[in-house]
Amino acid sequence: MSFRATPRETSGVTIIDVSGRITLGEGSAMLREMVRDLLGKGQKKIVLNLGDVNYIDSSGIGELVSGYTTVKNQGGEVKLLNLTKKVHDLLQITKLYTVFDVHNDEHSAVDSFR
Amino acid sequence: MESLLDSVDLAEDMTVRVAEAAGFDEDNRYRIGMAVREAMINALEYGNQRSRSKKIHFTLALEADRLLIRIRDEGPGFEVADVPDPLAEENLLKTSGRGIFLMRAFMDEFEVRRPPGGGAEVVMARRYPARPGNNASAP
Repeated sequence: MSFRATPRETSGVTIIDVSGRITLGEGSAMLREMVRDLLGKGQKKIVLNLGDVNYIDSSGIGELVSGYTTVKNQGGEVKLLNLTKKVHDLLQITKLYTVFDVHNDEHSAVDSFR
Repeated sequence: MESLLDSVDLAEDMTVRVAEAAGFDEDNRYRIGMAVREAMINALEYGNQRSRSKKIHFTLALEADRLLIRIRDEGPGFEVADVPDPLAEENLLKTSGRGIFLMRAFMDEFEVRRPPGGGAEVVMARRYPARPGNNASAP
């Protein structure tokens, strides 16, 4: 499945619905650009909905980390939503699961910014 | 293989197909494919530095008890001991450096060599799944 990322806004929070593979190349680059674009518009409350992402390589993990630190450095936050088992397990073994604020429910993800 | 991003995808795809033919289940195919992907990325980005004049040498072998994979670049080579631990607190938020860790996590055997011809060669293997009533062996 090719990479797609579609932003939408709810209660002042931008949710990016991501699907496909987040890997070196197109996927990682597009995600990076989207986060930068949102920051440029002053949107600093970001949730990455990864419910349709079943594959992420170390470059993709790097982009998640990059987005997290970039947004945090500008006073915002990137949270993760609906991790599939593979992505969950990868973040766990790389010790990043406890770095990110991870949610299984969109409402709780949005509410957590309040 | 050419030092192109397409080669990473191709190597991963070929590996997953061979792993399926060797009887590995989906979870193992995912692990093996990921390890190959990470090794190819390292060869492309760090070994050959995306130089089109350098090749990536990729070998798959169905041995008696394991799938053996060799990926060699034509770069300067490196020492695994010099690669920072991505799980160390000071490295957790780095945007790179997890490839070798993932290869080690997903494969049964993993080694980086400096072959006589130069470059770095990743040699890794995954043992075949045991079949009921038999020792693990190639189909």
